[in-house]
Parts: sequence; C-alpha cells; structure tokens
Amino acid sequence: MYRFEYAQASSIQDATAQAGEDVAYLGGGQSLLGAMRLRLAAPEKLVDIGRIADLRGIKNSGDTLNIGAMTTHAAVAADETVRSQIPALADLARGIGDRQVRNVGTIGGSIANNDPAADYPAGVLGLGATIVTDQRRIRADDFFTGMYETALKPGELILQLSFPVPESAAYIKFKQEASRYALVGVFVARFDDGVRVAVTGAGPAVFRCEPLEQALSGDFSADAARKVTVSPDDLSSDIHAAADYRAHLIPVLASRAVAKAA
Amino acid sequence: MDLSLSINGDSVTVDVPPNTTLAQLIRDELHMTGTHVGCDTTQCGACTVLLDGEAVKACNLLALQCADRDVTTIEGLKGENGGMHPVQEAFKDLHGLQCGFCTPGMVMSIVDLCNRVPDANEQQIREQLDGNYCRCTGYQNIVRAVQQAQQNLRT
Amino acid sequence: MNDALPKVVGTAVKRKEDERFLTGRGQYTDDITLPHQTYASFLRSPHAHARIVSIDAAEAKSAPGVVAVYTGEDVAADSVNGVPCGWQITDVDGEPMKEPPHPILAQGKVRYVGDAVAMVIAETQEQARDAAETIMVDYEELPAVTSVRKALEQGAPVVHDDNDLQDNKCYTWSLGDKDAVDQAFSGAAHVVSLDLENNRLIPNAIEPRAANAQYNAPDDSYTLYVANQNPHVERLLMSAFVLGLPEHKVRVVSPDVGGGFGSKIYLYPEDVCVTWAARKCGRAVKWTGERSESFMSDAHGRDHYTHCEMALDDNGKFLAMRVHTTANLGAYLSTFSTCIPTILYATLLAGQYATPAIYCEVDAVFTNTAPVDAYRGAGRPEANYVIERLATEAAWKIGVGQDEIRRRNFISEFPYQTPVALQYDIGDYGQCLDKANKLAEVDGFEQRKKESASKGLLRGIGYSSYIEACGLAPSNVAGALGARAGLYEVGEVRVNPTGSVTVFTGSHSHGQGHETTFAQVVAERLGMDVDNVDVVHGDTGRVPFGMGTYGSRSISVGGAAIARAMDKIVDKATKIAAHLLEASEADVEFANGQFTIKGTDKSVSFGDVSLAAYVPHNYPLDKLEPGLNETAFYDPTNFTYPAGTYICEVEIDPDTGTVDVDRFTAVDDFGTIINPMIVEGQVHGGLAQGIGQALIERTVYDEESGQLLTGSYMDYAIPRADNLPSFKLDTVCTPCTHNPLGTKGCGEAGAIGAPSAVMNAVLDALRERGVTQLDMPATPERVWRALQTA
Repeated sequence: MYRFEYAQASSIQDATAQAGEDVAYLGGGQSLLGAMRLRLAAPEKLVDIGRIADLRGIKNSGDTLNIGAMTTHAAVAADETVRSQIPALADLARGIGDRQVRNVGTIGGSIANNDPAADYPAGVLGLGATIVTDQRRIRADDFFTGMYETALKPGELILQLSFPVPESAAYIKFKQEASRYALVGVFVARFDDGVRVAVTGAGPAVFRCEPLEQALSGDFSADAARKVTVSPDDLSSDIHAAADYRAHLIPVLASRAVAKAA
Repeated sequence: MDLSLSINGDSVTVDVPPNTTLAQLIRDELHMTGTHVGCDTTQCGACTVLLDGEAVKACNLLALQCADRDVTTIEGLKGENGGMHPVQEAFKDLHGLQCGFCTPGMVMSIVDLCNRVPDANEQQIREQLDGNYCRCTGYQNIVRAVQQAQQNLRT
Repeated sequence: MNDALPKVVGTAVKRKEDERFLTGRGQYTDDITLPHQTYASFLRSPHAHARIVSIDAAEAKSAPGVVAVYTGEDVAADSVNGVPCGWQITDVDGEPMKEPPHPILAQGKVRYVGDAVAMVIAETQEQARDAAETIMVDYEELPAVTSVRKALEQGAPVVHDDNDLQDNKCYTWSLGDKDAVDQAFSGAAHVVSLDLENNRLIPNAIEPRAANAQYNAPDDSYTLYVANQNPHVERLLMSAFVLGLPEHKVRVVSPDVGGGFGSKIYLYPEDVCVTWAARKCGRAVKWTGERSESFMSDAHGRDHYTHCEMALDDNGKFLAMRVHTTANLGAYLSTFSTCIPTILYATLLAGQYATPAIYCEVDAVFTNTAPVDAYRGAGRPEANYVIERLATEAAWKIGVGQDEIRRRNFISEFPYQTPVALQYDIGDYGQCLDKANKLAEVDGFEQRKKESASKGLLRGIGYSSYIEACGLAPSNVAGALGARAGLYEVGEVRVNPTGSVTVFTGSHSHGQGHETTFAQVVAERLGMDVDNVDVVHGDTGRVPFGMGTYGSRSISVGGAAIARAMDKIVDKATKIAAHLLEASEADVEFANGQFTIKGTDKSVSFGDVSLAAYVPHNYPLDKLEPGLNETAFYDPTNFTYPAGTYICEVEIDPDTGTVDVDRFTAVDDFGTIINPMIVEGQVHGGLAQGIGQALIERTVYDEESGQLLTGSYMDYAIPRADNLPSFKLDTVCTPCTHNPLGTKGCGEAGAIGAPSAVMNAVLDALRERGVTQLDMPATPERVWRALQTA
C-alpha cells in the first residue's frame, strides 16, 4: 500500500465533513484495501466509517426492510428479520466472498464499489431497493451506472438501503471457480405488480433482464424462464467464459431461482 | 499513528503508519510469526485471526481498524487446561495438517466456524472453509478434524 | 526376558512436528529476521519479450532507505554465471541439447513476463518496492510466443538469439523401437488415436518462495535461509556453478517449508541474487515473494501437446503405442526441466501393461513463458494421462469394460522389462483393480446412473491404473541418461551417550512428516520409543550431504540410507555388547532394544551399550573406536514402482456443464507402509491436485502479448474444500524387492493417477451425448460447449 492519511469518523457528520478530493470512505475495506495492497488504488486519505453506530443495523418498518450501510454480510446472513422477510437476501449475503470476508465486508461498501461480478448489486437492483445517502434517496435503477461506477457524487455517503419486501425472491449464483465472484448471478423477485430480474457477472455492470421480467411477469414458472433467450451482445467475454455461455446461463439460473423462490 | 489494542489478552500500544495491515502489525511489529501471509488477494486465509472473536483476514485490515478491539492470534489460542485448543488437538489427532503453513489460519477460521455453526455437517463444513486454502491435505482430514472438534466442544 | 515391544512401523504414530505448527511456532524463511536485515524487491519485466535499451536507476538509488540497486550489468561485471541445468539430454542426432544462458538478472533481453530485471535493497520492504517502481527501463518490445505449437512454426518469434536456436527447439529426443512399433500398427485389428493437451499448472505451495542471505565477513562465509526442497543441491549449484564460492564457505538452511510440490527443488535466480548481494552490500538481504510473483516466476508444470496412438489385436491386447509430444520448457532451462518430458515421461509409457512395442518422440521447445519444471508427478502424470486415456478409448472402441481392457493387458510376471528402459521389480495390478472395483461399489454404478438421469444429470465412471517410477534414482542409470549429479541419499544416525538418537537426513520435509516417519523406522529397529529419536534435516551445516526431496524418493532412498546407517550401528553395537557380555559376537542377537546371548537370558540393553561406547572404560579399544555414530550413503539399484487403480465417478449437469466428483476411490500399492496416517494424507493431497488439474486449474498466457492472464487466485483456481469429495482409500502391499525397507514412495501417486480417472469419467458421462474430445480442465463452459457441438 502507498502511504495515506487515516481518520476515524465518530459520526455521519464527522465523516462527511472530512470528504474531499482523493478521500475515500473506508467501510470494511474488503475491496478497497485489496486494491490498495495491489497498488491499484491510492487515495490520499481514508475516512474510517466502520465505527459509526448509526450506520449499522437492520430494521423492519412495515413493508420495507432497512439495512444500515455498515452492516456486515455475516450480520445480514444471520439476521432473523432478513431471513423471515427476504430470505433471498440473507442467502445472497451468505454466499459473498468467504466467511472471513463476510465478517468484515459491508453492504454499503459492496454497492458503492459496484464490482461487475459482485452479488449485492444483483440483490439491490433485483429488489428495486432505495439507496439512502446523506444527501438524497436514489432508486436502484438509477444507482448502478457502469463498471465500478455509481450515481454517488464525490463525498456522498451511503447511510442505508431500503428493500421493499417481495412476495418471493431468490438468488442463484454460478461461481467463477477462482475468484468465487459471480460468473453469472441472477436475482429474481416477484412483487404484486410484476417480476424484477437482475443479472450480475455477465456484463460491465449489473443489469435488469427485460425478456425474463416480461416472461416471468406473465408466467412465474421455471419453464417460462427457461424458454427465454438472452442475447450475448453486450455481455462479457473473458478467459472464464465467453458471452454466449453467459447468455445461456442467464435463463438457466433464472429458472432455478424461480423454482427456489416458489 | 498511535494505536492501542489487545492482542491475546495483552494491551499493546504502538505507533504505526496508517498503511500498516493487521498482519504486518502482528508479524513485523509484534514479532509473532504464527500468522502467515500466503497471497495478495485476500483469498488463501493463512493470515486468519480472531477480531472480537470473529475470524478475519489480517492481511486485508488496517491495524488502525482494530483500535481498542481484541485480536487473538494462533499464539493466543488455548484450551481450557491451558494446553492446545480442541481444534488444535483434533488437527493433530486426525492429521489435519502437513506443511503447517496454512494451519494457523485454518485453525483460527475453524474456531470461529465451530462457534458459529456448531452442528455443521460435512457439506456445510466444506462450504464454510471457502476462505482457507490448503494445498497439502486435500481437506479430508481437516473436515474430519472439524467434526471431532465439534464433538469435543459440545461435551 | 523382555516382552516384544509394540511394532512402530506400520502404525499411525501422531506427528512429532505438529504441535510446533499448530501453535504458530513453525519457523519459515520469512519468519527469520537477521541482524542488520534489509529487504529486496525485484523489478520484473512487464513484457514477454523485449530488448532492454537502457535502465535508469538513478532515482531509485537515492530513494529513502535504499541500500543498493543492482541490474544485469552489475551481475555481468562481477562475472556471476547464470543458473545451470542439472540434466543434459542428448538429441536424436547424438548432439547435446541446446543450453542458452539463464542469467540471474536479465542481460540485454527479457524473455517472459516476470523475468527479473533489477533488484532493489532497502531498509524496509515498502521502501524497496517504492524505489523499484521508480526505475525507468526503456524496452523495445519484440513479438512473443507462448504456445509450443506456434513456437515451432516457420517465422515464429525466436526466444533465444543463438544461431542454433532459431527453431526454438532445445532438443528432439526419442525412446523405443520405431520400426517394431510401425510394424505392429500395420497389422493391428484396431487403432485408437488421441490428441491430448496436458494443461500447464502453477504449483502454488501456500508459502511463497523466500530467501534470506547473510555474509559473515570474519570467516568469509555465507548463510542462506531459503524455502527449498534440497539445500545441498542448492549449495552445490550456487557455489560451484554460479558464484564460484568454495562450498565449505556456504551454509544453506532450509527451515520449515510451507509446501513445495516440486516448485522449491530448483536453484532460482532470486536465491543467488540475495546471496551475492549480501556480500556486495554487507547486509543481510531478505526477499519474500508475493503471490503474484509466485504465479509469474515459480517454475510451472506440465504443458504438453501429444498425439498418441495405440494398436490392438482382436482380443483387445495392446500391440504397440506411438507417441509424439511437444513439451514447453518456458524461456529458460530450470534445474531439472529437461529430464521431465523425457526420462521421467517416456520411460513410463508402458504403464501397467505388457505392450510389446512403444515408441515416443519428444520435441522440447522454448517459449516466452516462465520456466517449466517438475511439479508433483513430473512427467509421470503426463505419461499416465496418455496411456490411461488410450486404454479407456480402446475399451470403448472394442466394447469391453474399462476394467476388463486393463485386466487383459496387465503385466503379471516380475521382474518385467518394459520396451521403454525400465525394469519393474514387483507389483500386483489385478489385486489393486479388484479391490478398487469392490470399494467403489462399481456394481451399483448402473443404478446410480439411472438415478442421476432421473434428475436430468449425466453420470460417468472412469478408471486409471497408474504406475510411477519413484525412489530417484540409481546414480549410474541417471548418469547414463544425462543427470549431472548422483541421486543417492545420505543418512547419519547419531546415538547419544544416554541412548537417545539424532538422525541427520539429506531428505527434506516440507509437509511429508519425516520427523515422524523416519523416527519410526529408527525406533522400530533400535527398539526404542519414537520420542527418543529426533530427525534433523534441511541444513548443510548439520547434515553431511543430501540430494533432497522430490520424486517420492524420501523414504525409499533417504529412509534406506538411515536403515543402512542403522545396520552399521547395530553391527558395531553388537560387537560392544559381545564384549560387555563376554560372549562371541556370533552368539549375540539384537531384538527389542536388547542384546542377548542366544538361548540365554543374559542381555544388555541398547542404552547400556551406547553408554559404554561413549564412556569406554570397559571397551574393546584395541578393536573398536569409541562412539556410536554412523553415516551411510545409499544408492538405489533400481527405481521403485508404486502402482494402483483409481476409479472416479462424476455427475454432470448438462444445463451448466458443471462436473461434480461424486466418488473417488484409490487403491495403491506403496509396498511397505511406515505410517498409514501420513500415507493417507499424502494420497489425499495428491488426489486434490490431480482433480484440480482435471477440472479447474489452468494457466493462460495471452497468445499475442504473452501476458499471464491467470496470475492471481482471482483467475487461477486451486481446489477448495468444497471442490472435493471424501476419498475412499485402500492399499495393496507388494514390498519393493531392492531396498531395505520394502517401501516405494507415495507422495505423487494421487496427482499422477487422478487426472486420467476424472477425464475418463467425464468423457464416459458425455459420450452418450456424442462428445468424444475434451481437454483438461473440464470447466463448465468447456463441457457445455462440447455438448453443444457434439
């Protein structure tokens, strides 16, 4: 790691007050510190927001589930409220990284990083969550803007995520064997007004799969998902999988997600 | 920067640059070399220690993130009688280690696993070891060691 | 009278080394910090092939904390040689192989991504790395070639400029009777042929390579701590061939080593660099590889392309095999690289079968990739893959079972002279196969296949009956084949005055448990508790000499040396005992730690004898020297031949192409087993690596740029716990006929036999869908694609 300044923020206000050019918020740091160790990232200052109590915790308020940005993957996976309200989200969290990483990595950190193969973006977009920051509320549909890019402005801090509770939902991840990130991951969520399907790992950033949403909104069945054809255009090709294989996997995994959700 | 934390029950105060990882603090500053570093992508798990009782990868945490918290390394792991912990005993009994390099991290990870999922079956144990690489054992005896440790920790 | 002591050999004695490792008190190279320690960082080539136009290190030299910066020019100015190759292959034309220099820091050109260009030494690791980043190297990029097939094409980029290397070929080598093979093929009822890729692997010991060197000015000597599998060879090569130092002034210590699998056999440029630099800058210099450096610069394994054919008669009897292999050596010759695709490969092509005629030709090729050398199995997995894929294809072709085709062709009389140079001393291949069939519950396979089919899954079964040549090696044979060193092993047994024993062995343990296994061998023979025996290894300053650990040789050669040293101990101790008992030596027998006059109850204990040896007041000083300390050099008379049958069952999801290893059964004949617990562990580990090769591990270089695309754990998969099933193991025992312990070696078997068993199972599952060709690793995408195009 190159050298940098470090400050521990005692409150949300304290954190945002220290924001500035080349300043990064440090959550769990499981992605950021990894990149810094490889000298691929070099912020001049880290503001550690991991100790801010207001950013942690899980609350159920009516038909939404609110999760603080600094809630760890392990906490989400183990939380009884999440497991009863949106078990698919607990499931997703249980499959992120590995056990040690889940003990430290946070939901806010994950979606702010927006790794093209990360799991949480699929859950956040698939459930149509709202990202609450110190400045505004951002719909998931507007949040993930590109590879490692989000709608967050410099210095903007994610406070919590609000998830609408679906009728049913499931996430199926097909792992890239080395990294254990998603080679393709499909999150399917059924609401009374339709079905949302979000795909991670397959493109430059998480995206909604309209052909699947249409098919499943009409017929929420594994067969219906399986019959959908996804175009490989715009999907990723790399040493781990070509675009056509990823395109093939999307409806296969979607059908399994539907079966699991049902 | 000044940093105070507890390592294996001892209060420690040190002055470290912010870019010091917890693994560097333990190995280079505190000269406890049981915590190993085997990769640079936070995957192999050889550096696993307990932070407030939970398994974490010491290579991918800043030492400063651990201020005022409790860190337990392999050197601080003990059984009730002051000898080896049941997980360590099980590793020895069932040949759960060969070269020993991944072993401290593996053991610390499994202590956490046993606390968290005390009744994990074989498939769950294998899945829960996803953060620790071993290139020697093929994992079979590690899995058996976890099973024995679970049993011994229950009784 | 003494009761017989419980047997120690053959029992699962808990490992003596474990408590040290389990409590974090192992001492690996990076754990050692020397007085006046400095840290080295290597600047490595970002290009696969480039001319170095200039290097500007001025900024680095004045950077904070920097002690020294060295480049290829400094190395050349000091007349430091390149690292040597330890095995000279003779070409089909009778000419020696081509041996381009392998400088420790690049001279004029870089030839693979990761080739070391400069070394920066600083007060801290961070300062060394920071400074290395400031070095400006002006490269003139050159076209690169990474695949062996392309390297042999006309007009391919040339890796080494030498006139005789314009074709990139190190040698063409052959073994066997070509005419006899051609003749057998012309009259054969059936011929099966395959094109096989043996995928390139990166060994990935979890401890990265490391070296820490110190120069001791008062006596002009050096100490090198290094993560290495054979410290004496490291010292010999480095002092005699590279640095020109007197051997007695160099001590190489290989402390606890975190796995090797072959990758730590060799003398690496970094080891030489830190040793050379320690004197030059007068400070201890430590380098610890980062994982990304391991990926780039550890010697890789395998990387063969092979066309192979088998001729059979009407009854499925093998008549002949014809094999052509192109092997990738990488950019430079690593220590044993040249013997891997030749001596350790083609000589194994008979397998367990009485095939009368075999011919193999090998082209060994330079490319712009990391050097390729021995990795667990080293040549033998590649040979087994050829034979066992062919055997299974033959079974399918003539419509008999995979087990039946093997049984029909098994060698059943020993000793057996193969047509490819080796003479097998003993084995019982049929018994291994029968046991494996039973243990694998092969009878239930068809039922399990139906159950899988009902879930939409494909199930397949695959066999592999492997053989390996271990216990490397008879020195005269190895020498005739091009080895530039002997391959004996050394054991010293030091009986201390109070009767405890310290054993010094030239073998090196980096996970194999020698501290326990070797102690068992000694305890059994001398009738004492295992705790009274300590084993010392890995230090040229303490161990007389040694050739190290690789090729599953430790127990069969290193253990045999200890056994021979114990013969001398017992021999001398018997003389002393006879003196103490006032009996004739011929009347004294030794058992259970007691020397007894035959037919009487007059005896003296081993401890009393050892005390007498060191306190020789009542001692035959006119006939015997005092003391009880013996050394033996053991040179084997033949290789050992571990063999067995592995059966793998896979279940494949045709929708995703995912292959799940559902069952894996291994029945091995390792001869006499000293510690069954440790042997099982060795098999488990080998199987994991073999299954890894078959299903998930692969090394990808970009064919255009020569960049290593699988240069971290994010892109190179090694098996995790959830990739593997629990294995079912059993053994058969036909003791080796020519070493004193009857042992054969067990370290590599799993990695040798597993890949073909897995791939035969995968192809068995897929063939009902018309798939006939699939290379390792059988990744989901590859399997899915094969199903689409079948």
